[in-house]
Amino acid sequence: MIAADRLVKTFRDRKRGEIRAVDGVSFQCQPGQIYGLLGANGAGKTTTLRLLATILQPTSGTAQVAGFDVTTQPGEVRARIGFLSTATALYGRLTARETIEYFGRLNGMDEELLQQRATALLELLELSQAAHGRCDKLSTGMKQKVSIARTLIHDPPVMIFDEPTLGLDVMSARAITRFIRECRDRQKTVLFSSHVMSEVEKLCDRIGILHQGKLLAEGPPAELKARAGVADLEDAFVRIVEGLQ
Amino acid sequence: MNWRRIRTVFRKELVDALRDRRTIISTIIVPIILFPLLTIGFGAVAAKAVKKMSQETPSVMILGAEYAPDLAAQLATNRAFTVTKPRANYVAEINDKQLRAAVEIPPGFEAALLAGNAPPPEIKICHYASEMRSEFAVRALQKALLDYRDQIVAKRLRDKGMNSDVLRPFETLQQNVASAKKVGGNLLGGLVPYMLILLCLVGAMNPAMDITAGEKERGTIETILASPITRLELVLGKFFMVLTMSLCTTVISLLSYGLTFSLPFFALRELTKSGPVSLDLSLGSVLSLFVLVVPLAIMFSGLLLATSVFAKSYKEAQSYVSPLMALVIIPAVAVMMPGVDLNFSLAMIPILNVSLVCKEVLSGTYHWGLISIVFLSSCGYAAIALSLAVHFFKKEAVLFRS
Repeated sequence: MIAADRLVKTFRDRKRGEIRAVDGVSFQCQPGQIYGLLGANGAGKTTTLRLLATILQPTSGTAQVAGFDVTTQPGEVRARIGFLSTATALYGRLTARETIEYFGRLNGMDEELLQQRATALLELLELSQAAHGRCDKLSTGMKQKVSIARTLIHDPPVMIFDEPTLGLDVMSARAITRFIRECRDRQKTVLFSSHVMSEVEKLCDRIGILHQGKLLAEGPPAELKARAGVADLEDAFVRIVEGLQ
Repeated sequence: MNWRRIRTVFRKELVDALRDRRTIISTIIVPIILFPLLTIGFGAVAAKAVKKMSQETPSVMILGAEYAPDLAAQLATNRAFTVTKPRANYVAEINDKQLRAAVEIPPGFEAALLAGNAPPPEIKICHYASEMRSEFAVRALQKALLDYRDQIVAKRLRDKGMNSDVLRPFETLQQNVASAKKVGGNLLGGLVPYMLILLCLVGAMNPAMDITAGEKERGTIETILASPITRLELVLGKFFMVLTMSLCTTVISLLSYGLTFSLPFFALRELTKSGPVSLDLSLGSVLSLFVLVVPLAIMFSGLLLATSVFAKSYKEAQSYVSPLMALVIIPAVAVMMPGVDLNFSLAMIPILNVSLVCKEVLSGTYHWGLISIVFLSSCGYAAIALSLAVHFFKKEAVLFRS
């Protein structure tokens, strides 16, 4: 489970002064559920996910991830999450298998179990043929599969996806969304961010609309549309954001 | 702190670096070829060029030969140079390197010699300063002129019934009492530490930039930061890899240096046999150099990591690291300046201190007190550099600088 509690993150910028990238964000995401953070570019989605993945430290507020506090137990949190985004690239000079094993070892996995799970994941994701090829020689789709394998190697209960389909072709994007659904089916807690309305509507059980660092509204897609009095999620998003302005 | 995770990062970074062509070139290939290339290759080519020049017969010109027919006749028969016909544009010819030197004899030279007038007449040698062929011509002309002067002196003494030995009440003799090892150490003592220190830095440079700025550029930094490893473990794993590469370069350089001067088939070994110069490195010297270079390698590794992590790209890291290279070269070169010897104050100056100790060790001198100070102060600087790297790796503003 993920429970964000009044998360705030500010950055200092020489020209613009203090920037509140995340401004008092609170929400909950349960196991077996996909929670989508929806927002335009610069809304604070990536920063929120980085706070939950403990890559960044919150300025104030806190969050519980899989029962651990992001500020006081960051190591425990990271051991229980799988973090995937278009920004999380692979080590080009390592092979697919070496990459998967590397992350397994960093997660403290037993060597025997690691080898078993790496083999199983490579077979599951149809990567066995490419297992010993360097990552920089793989196609974009294959690279995404290796990224999925490395996030799953330690079988984390919480998955965090930051715009995972950004820049991917249709087939690769479909593979990712299928994988996200499978995570939900296996009762994992799934947090997902995107600015693509259709993708969010298809995938998410609950949606949080983020704008200028603030969570403006949240709930199931149907409820958000009903609240805005429109039939389309994009229209609902625009109404909610314009309502603030 | 989890050492298994540090080891995992270290191994991964090492595998990654050894698959990088840039790292292989800077860490392994450059140190292997640098010493033989500089000493045997470059040295042999330079020696050959100098020998060729010295064997050439330079062309010289005598102006005012009519004022000293006797001297002119002697110079014309000298086989050390060829006398060409006098021409008015001799200065331009010297500048164009067509003529190596010209002798200007003043009017009334021989008459003044016979009269024994004071002040004595002056012969001017016109030449091209810093041009080696011209210098050789000047040397040959000076010898011929001095021989002629000695002849006149001897004649004058004879005329007065005296022997020319009266001008030489005693002789001087030079004798080298420094050991061959010390002479060798003094000769190459400046160059070898400079090369070692520079290679120690160069070996660490590429891996350090690749695993910090390069990782940011490729987008893999976020991947690793989302794993359970702590920032301290991450920086230590990376640091040990950079240190390994730096030491690897140092060891390869030392081996290359040792082989260059030890193996019988290398030409320089043959050259050094002819004079009292020893360029051999004993196992003790090699170990001493290595022990002294270790804290320096730690300092370089820490400094390079701390500097490169600031950069957003590999290219930006290169622009930060270049001034660092200049900072390292200056004290490393300072050791070659005359009169710079190891003392308590200099033992505290980073890089210069190690450079000076290496020079002493190469000439077989071991001042243990100063060596300890150098080692300890270098360890202190290394600890500061490493702490700096750890500090920067923990700063979000540095890791996610945009």
